[in-house]
Amino acid sequence: MTETFTRKTPELARRHAGEKRFQWLGKAAITIAIGFLLVMVGTISWMGVGAFKQTQIALDVYLDPQEIDTAAPNKADYGAMVKKAQRSKFSDVKKHNDKRKLYKLLSSQAAFTLQHQVADNPELIGQTAKIWFIASDDVDMFIKGNTNVDDSGNAGKLDKKQLQWIAALKSTGDIRTRFNSSFFLSGDSREPELAGILSAFTGTVLTLAVCFALSFPVGILAAIYLEEFTPKNRWSDLIEVNINNLAAVPSIVFGLLGLSVFLNTFGLPRSSPLVGGMVLGLMTLPTIIIASRAALRAVPPSIRQAALGIGATQIQTVFHHVAPLAMPGMLTGAIIGMARALGETAPLLMIGMVAFIVDVPGSVLQPATALPVQIFLWADSPERAFLEKTSAAIIVLIVFLIFMNLIAIILRHKYRQRF
Amino acid sequence: MYKKILIAGALLSTTILGTGSNAALARDQIRIVGSSTVFPFATTVAERFGKNTPFKTPVVESTGSGGGLKLFCSGAGDNAPDITNASRRIKLSEVKKCAANGITDIVEVKLGYDGIVLANSKKAKAMELTLKDVFLALAKNVPDGEGKTTANPYKTWKDVNPTLPDLKIEVMGPPPTSGTRDAFVELAMEGGCKSFKWVKALKKKDKKTYKALCHTIREDGAFIEAGENDNLIVQKLNANPSAFGIFGFSFLDQNADTIQGSKINGVAPDFDQISDGSYPVSRSLYFYVKKSRIGKTDGIQEYLAEFANDKAWGPEGYLADKGLIPMSDKERKNWAEKVKNLQNLSM
Repeated sequence: MTETFTRKTPELARRHAGEKRFQWLGKAAITIAIGFLLVMVGTISWMGVGAFKQTQIALDVYLDPQEIDTAAPNKADYGAMVKKAQRSKFSDVKKHNDKRKLYKLLSSQAAFTLQHQVADNPELIGQTAKIWFIASDDVDMFIKGNTNVDDSGNAGKLDKKQLQWIAALKSTGDIRTRFNSSFFLSGDSREPELAGILSAFTGTVLTLAVCFALSFPVGILAAIYLEEFTPKNRWSDLIEVNINNLAAVPSIVFGLLGLSVFLNTFGLPRSSPLVGGMVLGLMTLPTIIIASRAALRAVPPSIRQAALGIGATQIQTVFHHVAPLAMPGMLTGAIIGMARALGETAPLLMIGMVAFIVDVPGSVLQPATALPVQIFLWADSPERAFLEKTSAAIIVLIVFLIFMNLIAIILRHKYRQRF
Repeated sequence: MYKKILIAGALLSTTILGTGSNAALARDQIRIVGSSTVFPFATTVAERFGKNTPFKTPVVESTGSGGGLKLFCSGAGDNAPDITNASRRIKLSEVKKCAANGITDIVEVKLGYDGIVLANSKKAKAMELTLKDVFLALAKNVPDGEGKTTANPYKTWKDVNPTLPDLKIEVMGPPPTSGTRDAFVELAMEGGCKSFKWVKALKKKDKKTYKALCHTIREDGAFIEAGENDNLIVQKLNANPSAFGIFGFSFLDQNADTIQGSKINGVAPDFDQISDGSYPVSRSLYFYVKKSRIGKTDGIQEYLAEFANDKAWGPEGYLADKGLIPMSDKERKNWAEKVKNLQNLSM
């Protein structure tokens, strides 16, 4: 080795310092990004984790055989039975106002809970059964420590008396928190303790299915034709510029298009996943086309030349050799586009999917809403208990997103071929 | 590969369209649009209605009062909504537009009141304001002697009124697109503005100048537009005890453990005082029903019966729990009668 290579010149030190500096900056950038992500995910999980638990209160209900007709058990007044059980638990409550306060400890769902219990276990009729009821959102928030007791002894909407009753229930072990399965198994509700995400989740799945069914085949065929078959001229340039522009158009514009074309001209049903999926499909189309063209371009020309060289036609070359190699990239593009569609609310606003929908949609023509819309609606509700529901719905949305990305990774690995 | 995709695509489309075939295009479900202020109440009634009757739960969209009436008046067919909610009364121009599209018979239902509160954190002292104080603290221009105005010079509440604390004016409120803002400007700002005699006289002479003076909120940072989300304002009040927030009564009701409403003209914002009209910043809430849809969409009359019922809109009804301010007994009876007879709207 000559001296030139071993001696450290000031020039070399400066260049090394430059590299070090860049590495430090890079590390700092990553740290900041991860920090933000952790703060976001951390606060959301911290606020939302409560929603996966539910407060329940036990009552001994006497199922009076004179009140319940065994032939038609659904006709009985279960609400009255629940109230009676509450009164007998706290027999010192006499005043009308106090009774009302007492009833407010339980969710309005209590009568239905009892009705279902009786329908499932008819042998309970005539007995006194201990049944767990869902507590009202105010009690739920208090038990979870989300409301604080103020100077006058009240906590949020609960007053002193109600807090005493809760303490009494606690001391006898008649109050508990359990996994909140109804959050996953029921639709939206105006009562925070009953609200669930099933209708919004189903709506999202149906909407994305329509979106995929529309945008994936169209996008891929358009990309293949543009990349492999069209001659390069002014027209193809114009189309390319337009597609790139379309990918950057704000999503609300697609919503307006959906409103005027799909709803007003074609008369398709408002608020339906079909229209939602079509609008989002149009929105993702440019993304898919651009990603797919990039994937096709990345296939080495030698593959095409070899196929053509042994006598394959143009279409055989494309569909037997080029497209399969580009497939992982195309799928990734499609899933990135769908992930963007998953988080959209603006276009859905215009076509009536920002709505209160309790029933779980059974088809793409029935009214539905989507997960981000549900988050938006809950975030805007006055009841404090919706705060944790909002965060919980965000968690579900993020998990859904991770799941979609996971599928993209798996598909990519499955179809990847090395040269 | 190619075949696989084709098969997958075919399967996917058949499942989607296959399950879609049982969907009924005829309407067995009520469709409601309109005000975001009425939304929490309409959805509560809709949910109970869906649970307690054999009918489907109505679909309720939150489009804003104006947007709702526009959709409502767009046609009498299956694709237009049956009911629209509004946080103000329908305008004559909207009635005319409805009539032009063949919707002539409209049933008007008043469901109760909503109060708009000026609240702060419980960590700070409660305030007693007059409408004049509110106007002087928040207007862009304030009267300065007879017939003259000047850019709002007030920095603290004490500047506005010497009896108020020496606290920087800092008020968070909704943006101009919100109905709450409209109502606040019309009721609170204009109410305070009118307390100047020459301004009141101006209303008759020069309505435009009057409106510009009374309806314009200051833009120098004392009033902060905090977005449509009232929960956010409540959270910010907790973080900043010297700030005030403007929002609907239901948010005060739900967060009574951390925030308090200011008395306005000596009246505190609570159920009774808003209900009897003594609290000055309150508005009426309505919804409108297309009479022609009764019989075409299932369950409209039953929905009306669920709403116009003391169990729902009464002082002890479930809507009061959600923050609706009920009408007086007499008024409720009067409106229930109108609903029962499906009385036509008269302007």
